[in-house]
Parts: sequence; C-alpha cells; structure tokens
Amino acid sequence: MKNFNLRDFGAGIWERSNRYQRVAIVLVTITLAALLPFAGASFLATPVAAYDAVLVYPVAIFVLMSLGLNIVVGKSGMLDLGYVAFFAIGAYTNGLLSMHTGLNTWEIMPIGIGAAMFAGVLLGIPTLRLRGDYLAIVTLGFGEIIRIVALNVSWTNGPNGISGIQMPPPILGKEFALDDQKLFFWVVLVMILLTIWMIRRLTVRRPGRAWEAIRQDEDAAELMGVPTLKYKIWSFTLGAAIGGAAGVLYAAKNLFISPEMFTLNVSILILACVVFGGIGNIWGVILGGAILGYLPDRIRFISDARLLVFGLVLVVVMNFRPDGLLPRKKREKALVKKGASA
Amino acid sequence: MFTVFIDQFWQLTISGIALGFIYVLIALGYTMVYGVLRMINFANSEIFMWGTFGAIVASRDLFGYNQTSEPAHGAKLALVLFIQLFASMAFAGLTAVTVEFVAYRRLRAKGTNRLATLISAIGMSMVLSEVMRLLTASRPVGSPRILEKVILVEVWGAQIRLDTLITIMAAGAIFIILERFVKLSRMGKAIRAVSMNEDAAKLMGINLNRVITTTFLVGGLATGAAGFFYITVYEYTKFNIGFTMGLAAFTAAVIGGIGNIRGAFFGGVSLGLAEVYASAILGTQWKSVTIFIVLVLVLLFKPSGLFGEAVTQTRA
Repeated sequence: MKNFNLRDFGAGIWERSNRYQRVAIVLVTITLAALLPFAGASFLATPVAAYDAVLVYPVAIFVLMSLGLNIVVGKSGMLDLGYVAFFAIGAYTNGLLSMHTGLNTWEIMPIGIGAAMFAGVLLGIPTLRLRGDYLAIVTLGFGEIIRIVALNVSWTNGPNGISGIQMPPPILGKEFALDDQKLFFWVVLVMILLTIWMIRRLTVRRPGRAWEAIRQDEDAAELMGVPTLKYKIWSFTLGAAIGGAAGVLYAAKNLFISPEMFTLNVSILILACVVFGGIGNIWGVILGGAILGYLPDRIRFISDARLLVFGLVLVVVMNFRPDGLLPRKKREKALVKKGASA
Repeated sequence: MFTVFIDQFWQLTISGIALGFIYVLIALGYTMVYGVLRMINFANSEIFMWGTFGAIVASRDLFGYNQTSEPAHGAKLALVLFIQLFASMAFAGLTAVTVEFVAYRRLRAKGTNRLATLISAIGMSMVLSEVMRLLTASRPVGSPRILEKVILVEVWGAQIRLDTLITIMAAGAIFIILERFVKLSRMGKAIRAVSMNEDAAKLMGINLNRVITTTFLVGGLATGAAGFFYITVYEYTKFNIGFTMGLAAFTAAVIGGIGNIRGAFFGGVSLGLAEVYASAILGTQWKSVTIFIVLVLVLLFKPSGLFGEAVTQTRA
C-alpha cells in the first residue's frame, strides 16, 4: 500500500456504489455523527470540559467555520485572515438583538447571517481587487477592526461584553439545557449538513467552476469572460454568511460574548483546520476542523499551548504535506501544479 | 476634540517623528524581503517583538539592571545602550534567518504556489509569538530605565527629550548605513539584481539562497534596531506588541511603495505623524483603525505607493 491515499480510497467506494448504496452510506454517516454525543463514556471523553459541550464548541462550530472559510481559501484561492470578523458580527448580532428585542435565536439567525453577508460585501467590493498577500493583510486588519470597534463603542458594552443572551427556544418540545448539550450539537450538525449540501451544489454549477478558474489563474479566467470580481465577492459573502451563522450559534451556546473572544487567533485557528484537513476538499476540512477542535480538549498539555501547536501545524503541513490529510481531487491538483510552474 | 491637537501640535510632531523612525526601520524589514521575494514577510512583526526582548535581556541579564536600579551615566550608559542595540539586532536577525530557513526555503525549492508560502509564514509568526507568550507567562515586561529621560531643549512648548533625540539620530544613521549597503556593496548589488530579475541574476552566477538569507538578515537587523528604540522610548514590551506595530510598519512600507527603500523612509515618517495626530484627535484606541483605513485607501487609490511598483500586478 505504498501509494495509499485515503481520499482516493473513499472516492473509489463512492464511485463504485449504486444509488441505493450511496443513500445508505449517507444515512449511516449522518446517524453515526448524530450519535457522537452518546460516546462520552468511551475513550473519547474529555478530561476538563464536559464532552457534549466540547462537541458543540469547539468541534462542531470549528467544522462549520472551516467549511465556510474553505469556500474562500480553498475553492477560490483567496487568503482571508479576517474570518473572525464575520463570526464576531454574527455573535454580536445575537447578543445585541437578544438584549434589546424579544427575538429568539432562530429569528435572529437570518438577521445575523444577513449582517455578516452585508459586511462581506462591504469589505469585499473595495478589497477583492487586491490579490494574494495584500488581500491577506487587508482582511487581517478588518478582523482586528471589528474587535476594536466592539471593544471601544458604548453600545456593545465595551470590554465587559454582553451577558445574559437568551437560550434558544425548545425544538419539538425538547428544551435546551446547559448541562446537556446534545440538542445543540444536533442543531449545529444540521447547519453543517445544509452547508455541505450548499457547497456541493455550488461546486458543480457555474459559481463553483468560476471559483475554480479564478483559483487556478485569475487573469486567464478574466480573459475567458468570467466576471471574476463578482464571483470573488460571492465566494467571500457566502463564507461570511457561514461565519455569521457560526457566530450566532456560538453566542447562543456560550450565553456570553466579549471582544477578546474574537481575536486574530480565531482566524488563524480556522485556517489551520482548513490547511490541516486539506485545502479545497470539504471532507478533509471537516476532518481537520474536528481533529484540531477536539484534540486540545482531549490532551491536556496541548490546551495550554494550542496556538503554538496550531502554528506548527501550519508550518509543518505546508512544508511536508501541502495538500493536507485528505487532498483535493487529483484532477484539480494537477492543474494547480501546472499553473504554478508556468 | 481638536484642542489637544492644537495645543500640543509641536510636541505631537516630535513624538510622531520619533515613532515614524521606528516604523521606518520595521518597514525596511518588510520592504527588503518584498523586494527579493515579491512576498510579504508575515513574521516580520514577531521578529520586531523578539528584538524588543533582546534589548531587555541585555540590560537585565547581562548588566543586572532591574526596575529599581539607577539610570546609567557617561561611558557606562553608552556601553549599555550599545550592547542593548547589538542584542536587539542579533535577536531579530537570528529570528529572521530562522524564519527564512524554516518557513520559506523548502517551499521555495519546491516551487509551490504562493498561498502555501503565505500560510507557512503565518504559522511561523504564530509560533514565534506563542513561544514568547509561554516564556513570559502572557505578562507585559517592563524595561529597566537605562537612559534618564532628560529634557534637552524646549521649542515652541515642545520638549525634546534625550531618548527621542537618540532615537531620531541613531535610527536615521542606521537607515543611511543600510541604504548605502544596498546601494554600494557587492552584496547589495546582488540583492538588487535578484529583485529586478531572479532568473537573470541566477544565470549571472548569483547564489540565490545566500542573497535571500542576507536580505532576511539585513531586514531583521533593521527591525531589531527598531525594537531597541521602541524599548528606549516606551520601556515596555509584551508578546503581542508585534501585531499593531507590524501592521503600521507594513502600511508605511506600502505608502512609500513596497520594495522601495527610500519610500519606506518617507512612508514611515508620514505614518508616524499621521498616527500621532489621529490619536490626539480621535483618541488612542482608534489608532489601529486609522492605520488600517490609511492602508486600504492607499491600496485602492495609489497601490504602487509613492515611489514603488503596482501591487495589483503581483500574482496570487
């Protein structure tokens, strides 16, 4: 098994199955994921935090955010270092609206997503003309600005943050509780499934092909008549929407938010998840988010130095396995190599 | 709102110039690396942060100064300051060379795409700041006062202190030395050749790796010197000071036209002044926001800076 490649192995199984087998695979996978919160007594148990809470945040929310960032970094090849900004906007939308209005989490959700998308367009229109390093540093600055604004204006309560955010209302008669977060995990899982579905649909249609073209060679894409700026803004905005949704969920789970939760480090963490799992491949990204979200809570000495570990992950993966754990499709990869050497 | 600004205009101008000279040196770190690699050295802000710790290690551990010691005088003062400057530059220079070796070299040899190199540099920058955070237990570190902050003269109500004067003069001198080095020395010529056309330079027998390492070293030395001046003026450092200073210095480099050494000088001083004025008018908490807005505006309307190349042309 010298050239064993987990991604191709998985893809092979998928391609060889017929329609019914595929439905069965999907259903089994979803059921297994949904049963995860019951595995708390096994070797998966986390020593410090409660296991079902860890599954919600960091694990599930990291996976969700990694999927969102992957649209921007993986699919369309733009390095966004300010992803935390959209997460913060979602969280603060939930915090502020639940403080000032009677809206509940599910009513706030579309507003939070809308606010994040709006911010994405607002930032995207001027900055997405820039490329590579410049885009990276501008988005990095933007992420920091959102934090500074939250820290310094009075209506966000400044450094004290917002506490007393409302618990989400019960779903199907089942209440949300602090000591039992299974229901919350399932909610995030549904969000993840919706996101996967959306990304898979988009990837095979026009936007996905436009992103792929932009990622491989932006000038060539522009020459072929792809409206690159438009699709870049779309990609950025969709990423922002998922970040915003994750923010709303995070605020609802944590019931308290403050500016220091939204530092640059969060952006880097999510980037590390994407890179570690495999840039551009949604299954890889899910794996990356789950592993990097989970490990620091499982192994204690990592939790003190988790950023150090994540920084090392970025350097080591980029140097020795730039495609991550589960690389993207070979076809896409080959084209990238050719493009880079030209 | 404007009263502070008007009352203290000259005082602000002087501290703005001193801060600007610190930015100039950090901006050199960005601009030199950009010149040869066409890539932003994301770890430069952490190289600066390590430089500030170099100055503190020198005064505290080498000369045994602590927070209660008397400031030094005369020849001893000159010696301590010189060793501090040397230590800062050495710390930062070594860090810069390490960054090049760990984060850039292998990827350059493989010729992978730019995104990989960027991410690797960001990871390296995270590692550098986290190592320092763990070493200092997330606490700010104060520097012993070596240099007594005597007021030398007062011009139009503005006090010119000894530390400001030393910063402006010494930073200016270091800038001129580096600028001359790149302009006149054999190595400097090689650096410029690589920056103009990498392939042609290689064909002319220039050792690319050596040139790139030297560039990182020189950029690191300049950035480290900035760390020393920062310590002399502000007498304080922390594992996370790199971020704001780095963003500002990068903006300075972009204003002057990134890749352009003289541009970095102009950009650094003007950004130092802009930042100090804006802080006086809007309040210091909006300092980073002002810098960021300046950066975005420059990138949008004059992306080539005032003396540099067009940044939108650089390939992602």
